[in-house]
Amino acid sequence: MSRRKTERLLNLVICLLATRRPLSAEQIRQAVPGYDRDGDEAFQRMFERDKNELRELGIPIDVVRDPWEDEPGYRIERESYELPEITLEADEAAVLGLAAQVWQRASLAEAASGALLKLRAGGVDTDEPVGAGALELRVDTRDPAFPALWDAVRDRRVVRFDYRGAGSESVRTRTVEPWGVVSRRGRWYLAGYDRDREAPRAFRLSRVAGPVTPVGRPGVVRVPGGVDLREMVGFPEEPAEERVALIRVRRGACQGLRQLAGAVREGRDGWDEAELAFTDSERLAGWMASLGADVEVVEPPDARDAVIRRLKGALS
Amino acid sequence: MSGSADRLPRLLALVPYLMSHPGAQVGEVAEVFGLTEKQLIDDLQLVWMCGLPGHTPGDLIDVSWDGGEIIIDNADTIARPLRLGIDEASALLVALRTLAATPELAEVPGDALPRVMAKLERAAGEAAAAVSSQVAVDVDAAPDALPRVRDALTRRRRLSLRYYVPGRDEVTPREVDPMRVVVVDGRTYLEGWCYRAEAMRLFRLDRVLGVDVLDVPADPPAEAEPIDVTQGVFRPSPTDELVELEVTPAGRWVAEYYPCERVTELGEGRLRVALRARDEDWIVKLALRLGETGRVVAPPAMAETVRGEAERALALYAHQS
Repeated sequence: MSRRKTERLLNLVICLLATRRPLSAEQIRQAVPGYDRDGDEAFQRMFERDKNELRELGIPIDVVRDPWEDEPGYRIERESYELPEITLEADEAAVLGLAAQVWQRASLAEAASGALLKLRAGGVDTDEPVGAGALELRVDTRDPAFPALWDAVRDRRVVRFDYRGAGSESVRTRTVEPWGVVSRRGRWYLAGYDRDREAPRAFRLSRVAGPVTPVGRPGVVRVPGGVDLREMVGFPEEPAEERVALIRVRRGACQGLRQLAGAVREGRDGWDEAELAFTDSERLAGWMASLGADVEVVEPPDARDAVIRRLKGALS
Repeated sequence: MSGSADRLPRLLALVPYLMSHPGAQVGEVAEVFGLTEKQLIDDLQLVWMCGLPGHTPGDLIDVSWDGGEIIIDNADTIARPLRLGIDEASALLVALRTLAATPELAEVPGDALPRVMAKLERAAGEAAAAVSSQVAVDVDAAPDALPRVRDALTRRRRLSLRYYVPGRDEVTPREVDPMRVVVVDGRTYLEGWCYRAEAMRLFRLDRVLGVDVLDVPADPPAEAEPIDVTQGVFRPSPTDELVELEVTPAGRWVAEYYPCERVTELGEGRLRVALRARDEDWIVKLALRLGETGRVVAPPAMAETVRGEAERALALYAHQS
């Protein structure tokens, strides 16, 4: 934005705020420097663009249509423009300072610091955050799909995107009414109504392939009452059965495994035997395979087979 | 906020800021707005050219910065900042809710959180409050080690840790002067000066197997500076060896979990990823863990090492034990 344009827009904001009666486009043209030298059509185009830019910044411009006038009138109502009076106690301001640091990446980090700046401009003192320096809480939104989905949630707008199922080779197009976004264990999910499956579904943002396209008009999506977003992305917590694996461990190796194991017995031929509690044999197999020739899973058979499968896979 | 596209919103915050902080210093205001002093003066000069219709000297905004002290007058029309946008208010509200959901972490005095949320919701209007309730952030904030770590932080005591490093399958004893608790990507870390590494380290609290608060005051050396976690917690060194892996759809988690230099789609859900290997042992362990869901393609010597280790391990299973 050029300096001249910034000046014109600032003067336009002041002019529309200061006027008690709505001003016609022609009156504005006379009152605001920067418009006067242009032809009628050029002025109209410029004025339209300026109004749009101000609205994009969140500045509410009222259009008043008086039945006695041919032309509409414009003004900015002070109450809808101004930040309401807000005073924060010292402890409240400190908490706010901490909250403003949470977002880690462009879109929301800028929104948060912009908000803080407006509050400070409004006279709120945000001092040192609470427990200054003793805590840093950061939430990342690195998924490329995040900004578009945030916009869709905010604007209550249906979206369409390509999505790859877990461990799947194929990508399918999904059309979703977004209800919300949830971060769980550092991963972002979209929760909403899947129009193709005709059911509520959760989608992991990292599996969204390519762009997110808005479908239809904003304001269409209705979030049903009683929806629990966190519950939608939570995995069903099945009470997993805990089992014990018997592992042969090369003497002197695998210090970590030995510490985590329930019991380690001295065995024969330079090998010890460890008992290790586990619930998911694939998880256990991944860990045991990573330890290579320092361990052998003796039992149970399913865990032993899973390790053999991984090692064969690594060999080929 | 130093780009020219952001200039108008900045000016609409700058003027009210100067009105509510009469006599503020140029340097101090520049810092608040993330500007150089020169940029700030340029903004002030622009503001000084603007004002009410008529634009006679009596209509214009009056700004002076003699001796570095800024005085503004005749700007009553824009004396209040613009109200919060939906994104601005929601970004703060969601962050506040996240803090409220993790009382173990943020020891916020009294009921400051609900009070500030209520005030912010009032100031922001219904729309922002509605959006912020559609965004939830869960933080896994209660590892067993946390209470003792917090205790050591508060009383400035040294900690003795038993710390598990899965990449090397090691449990090592560490003496650490705790400096802060850092939560990144939903995980909680202790940041402190590690006497074993003689450097600042982040310790994932769910990998702390044992923790004792020592009767020794924490006394980190002067060079103990906070670690920059804005780009994530893993920060491989650019001098580490670059390794390329190909993974199947079931191995795509590698690209999400580790910072990769390059990620290329190979079709049918397969990926080629290039990442920096902290050491050879780490990449061998990763390749063995991946098994049939991924393989090292470069450098060839690394691929050979993986095959060799897989072969030795399989030999253990050749007999029925």
